[in-house]
Amino acid sequence: MADIVKMATREAYGKALEELGKVDDKVIVLDADLAAATKTGIFKKAFPDRFFDTGIAEGNMMCVAAGLASTGLTVFASSFAMFAAGRAFEQIRNSIGYTHLNVKIGATHAGISVGEDGASHQCCEDIALMRTIPGMVIINPADDIETKKAVFAAAKYKGPVYMRFGRLAVERVFDEDYNFEIGKGVLLRDGTDVTIIATGLLLGEAIIAAKELANEGISAQVVNMPTIKPLDKELVIACAKKTGAVVTAEEHSIIGGLGGAVSEAVCDAYPVPVLKVGVEDIFGKSGPAKELLPIFGLDSKNIINKAKAAIALKK
Amino acid sequence: MDEAAKKALKIQACKVRMGIIEGVYNAKSGHPGGSLSCTDIMTYLYFKEMNIRPEQPVWENRDRFVLSKGHAAPVLYSVLANRGYFPVEHLKTLRKVGSDLQGHPSMKLLEGVDISTGSLGQGISAAVGMALGAKIQNKDFRVYAVLGDGELQEGQVWEAAMYAAAKKLDNIVAFIDNNNLQIDGAIDEVNSPYPIPEKFAAFGWHVIEICGNCFEQIEKACEEAKTVKGKPVAVIAKTVKGKGVSFMENRVSWHGAAPNDEQYQQAMTELNAALAELEG
Repeated sequence: MADIVKMATREAYGKALEELGKVDDKVIVLDADLAAATKTGIFKKAFPDRFFDTGIAEGNMMCVAAGLASTGLTVFASSFAMFAAGRAFEQIRNSIGYTHLNVKIGATHAGISVGEDGASHQCCEDIALMRTIPGMVIINPADDIETKKAVFAAAKYKGPVYMRFGRLAVERVFDEDYNFEIGKGVLLRDGTDVTIIATGLLLGEAIIAAKELANEGISAQVVNMPTIKPLDKELVIACAKKTGAVVTAEEHSIIGGLGGAVSEAVCDAYPVPVLKVGVEDIFGKSGPAKELLPIFGLDSKNIINKAKAAIALKK
Repeated sequence: MDEAAKKALKIQACKVRMGIIEGVYNAKSGHPGGSLSCTDIMTYLYFKEMNIRPEQPVWENRDRFVLSKGHAAPVLYSVLANRGYFPVEHLKTLRKVGSDLQGHPSMKLLEGVDISTGSLGQGISAAVGMALGAKIQNKDFRVYAVLGDGELQEGQVWEAAMYAAAKKLDNIVAFIDNNNLQIDGAIDEVNSPYPIPEKFAAFGWHVIEICGNCFEQIEKACEEAKTVKGKPVAVIAKTVKGKGVSFMENRVSWHGAAPNDEQYQQAMTELNAALAELEG
């Protein structure tokens, strides 16, 4: 058996940028004094002439990115999710979203798994914020393989993309021939009683939950949903029809993220119970990520409980 | 600048001012005061200074223009129309449903707008990005931006100013339209950005102070800017808000108000008289 590969998606992001830089000389990377943490430093080392540190000024960085993109460059702009989607929301909305310029926002340190830095840095609102911007693509990769493929797909796509990466090392889920496509979800495990739709860090927990549910005689299918916008509504609705109950799982607020997007789609087309595993409208706190995640219900145990509750709600 | 050249620019500026009044009057809303104050700067840039092709608005090597004070959209549209980007008659559609002349400039709707603006402080950052883009790609186009003086209250302006100087971007010129008025009153009464030249100098910019309604001085500033190496250039331009329409001059109430029928007639009469005198 091969060794289990573990890598934070931020690390995979930095490595992917380096690979992308080798094949595309139009790629420019910006950071706001966090290159060592966001891992854009990997690109910086390889391509110092195409890396620009704007210093601790995220609003300016986003608009500089827009200006650069308007001259024909493909620009990746990175910071922590809190300061990219949060602090620079309006710059992204007006100078990148409204203009539909070719800027890719690489937001790292998303969610509770930031850990010890605490609530000021634990951004659980970014997907919700970015979802409200017309034309914004949102990708939340689950492992290093998906990250690399998402970065290359984002570079190929013309227009704004928000990519969400984590600080914590995560186990690899996919293999090299995994086919990533923007706007497409992937059915990873078939089932009939309930569908667990997961994104990012929670995908691994969703797979564990489905296995444990099977041991209890409950057939849960697992869908990986890396693209939150545009949502793969076709797949979501097919799952709602097939299993009649849905659980979403994400390292984000239960308001406005994957859970919100899935609920909206299901409610519009084929209403069935949609229960949400996510951060329950509270701020984060300091602590090691591994200890914090279960405290905030971001684990297989909570997914199992929500799956059973969703099944119980079926008419 | 010889007298004939100056006269030609004054004639153009007068026509641009007419387009502003025409647009705002037909829209029944908009921002005439701050459009009229920077009309001479923009007329000079579009008719004399910038390397542009009206018949090819997105020509990749064109000089870029960023209206960081995006609410002055009427002057940008009027300059573009008078320069041949689209018919002057089209200015009457300003702010109307279906028009590409949005209340604040949109690059997605109107070719000739190099970046969408309207949220203050963002345009100058985008302009810095364009200037950096030129350097990265070894292109020799230059970037011109016009900012409001009230806009200097936005912290992002200073983030952009710091960064442009740090990157030694000498291909960007930022005009500060210093008409001294903002919506809530005089800028130094609301939240003073003064002294403006010292601030830009402290941020590492080459600073030029001019009368922004005087073509010889605008020209001199543009020429001087081209000689500056390794530094961005800020042109602090003293202007008159509402310039060219007597009852709008230096009146804060004309920041964001449209003339009624009578006021429209009076403004156009004044501008037509000025034009007749220049052409006479």
